[in-house]
Amino acid sequence: MILPDMEKLFQDKIDAEIKIEPKDWMPEGYRKNNIRQISQHAHSEIVGMLPEGNWIGRAPSLKRKAILLAKVQDEAGHGLYLYSACETLGISREETINDLHSGKAKYSSIFNYPTLSWADIGAIGWLVDGAAIMNQVMLTRTSYGPYARAMVRICKEESFHQRQGFESLLVLSKGTEEQKAMCQDAINRWWWPALMMFGPRDSESSNSDQSMKWKIKRKSNDELRQQFVDMIAEQIKVLGMRLPDDNLKWNEERKHYDFGEIDWKEFWEVVKGNGPCNKQRLEARRKAWEDGAWVREAAKPPTPKGE
Amino acid sequence: MKEIISYTLYLADTNLILSQRNGEWCGHGPILEQDIAMTNITLDLLGQARNFYQYAATLIGNGATEDSLAYLRTEREFKNCLLAEQPNGDWGQTILRQFFISQYQFLLYNSLINCKDEQLSAIAEKGLKEVTYHLRWSSEWVIRLGDGTEESHRRMTNALEALWTYTGEFFIPAAYEQFLIDNGTIPSQDELKLTYQENINSILKRANLNPPSGSFMQKGGKTGIHTEHLGPLLAELQYMQRTYPGAEW
Repeated sequence: MILPDMEKLFQDKIDAEIKIEPKDWMPEGYRKNNIRQISQHAHSEIVGMLPEGNWIGRAPSLKRKAILLAKVQDEAGHGLYLYSACETLGISREETINDLHSGKAKYSSIFNYPTLSWADIGAIGWLVDGAAIMNQVMLTRTSYGPYARAMVRICKEESFHQRQGFESLLVLSKGTEEQKAMCQDAINRWWWPALMMFGPRDSESSNSDQSMKWKIKRKSNDELRQQFVDMIAEQIKVLGMRLPDDNLKWNEERKHYDFGEIDWKEFWEVVKGNGPCNKQRLEARRKAWEDGAWVREAAKPPTPKGE
Repeated sequence: MKEIISYTLYLADTNLILSQRNGEWCGHGPILEQDIAMTNITLDLLGQARNFYQYAATLIGNGATEDSLAYLRTEREFKNCLLAEQPNGDWGQTILRQFFISQYQFLLYNSLINCKDEQLSAIAEKGLKEVTYHLRWSSEWVIRLGDGTEESHRRMTNALEALWTYTGEFFIPAAYEQFLIDNGTIPSQDELKLTYQENINSILKRANLNPPSGSFMQKGGKTGIHTEHLGPLLAELQYMQRTYPGAEW
């Protein structure tokens, strides 16, 4: 009868808002759930470098190039903290990365969309990082200590990225007709995928209940999505652009914006691997890993003599 | 005046073009930590390029800006050394290119601190701390890869074959450079050349690598005669400014 007691102690800690630390006892499901979520998050940071990296060579000014490089570098840094947080749960970085390359582990579907104009870089900062922040602010209070602490640091940088993205779109929105059109086009293409970032509706989300009970997640997908819509629907007024949703409307009774239905068919297709860039993203990651194999091999510390 | 402008542009262009090349690695590096290190160096080089361009822009006047200088000049007007524009190749080739340029910049900036042009001196002093790190980082990698596995050694040997011919240009002064040396604005390069060769040889030796025997050295970059690699690089770099002339970003 030891096990049930351990589970109860564990749940009592969670309920008392005491963080779970790497050496603490935890149910296997809790460990797995955290590995799944943290590694997915780490992979998203790393794969997320690709669509933005697509514009480093073409950034329209030296200042914008420096900002973009620094941003993509921050993402690599986030990936690094998160892989480390994952390692505290007993899985090596190599194993985690292998799961990405084999297709076993997922990453955020948003990065399976292409960056087709410079405005996409601003739109990613504003909408994609904006959506990510909703989730990440919640995760600064997640129950697993190393994950929560990584999130505190990541959140600071992400909110900086979001402001930079918005500011970059603001410049476009005050620019030439071509720049305005580029800005609106980027918003049109990124809005719905950004909403999809919060995941399936609560009624359809398979991992939600247990995650809430363990306080891995603290708000539901739909709550976070609503919070995001409410924020962006206000911010877009400053840009003088419009969100591509005819049903977007303030609801005085709910004190929230109503909004249209997400194309769930598209959502599931992208999750299944049929997004516009799924194949290219994975190929790029695998190629970097394979091309770098000889470098990692040469960089290994020499085996001490006699072994 | 035109000599100091040309020379400042040479320094700016070399940093920008190398930064543009290194930036191609961002997101594609062999190890996450090294991806970050490489992007750091890319950002430093870009920052140095901007300092030099901003200074050149004030000397040129007429509404010149760092962006007009980086984005609106042609291949024939760029003065970067040929080595900076060479393709990345594999990680070893990129590291080796960085090593040669960092070694040169380290000695050059050290000497420019004492040059008579206050702005150049200040920019060099600011850049020196960064370059010192670039040199240490790239030297360590040259040694690790040259003296690593059989494959890494072979790859470094190939990189050396590919790049060696572009490493003499640093010390072949262009006319504008010679002018500035002769009138005492910038120090002579002769001493630098000797130290450069000693330092390079010492690291290559520790890396178990032999400099290629053929010693013919290519030149031309400093006066705008480039390899065919620069054109496509500029086409990418300048795409937005060329497509949307006059727009603010």
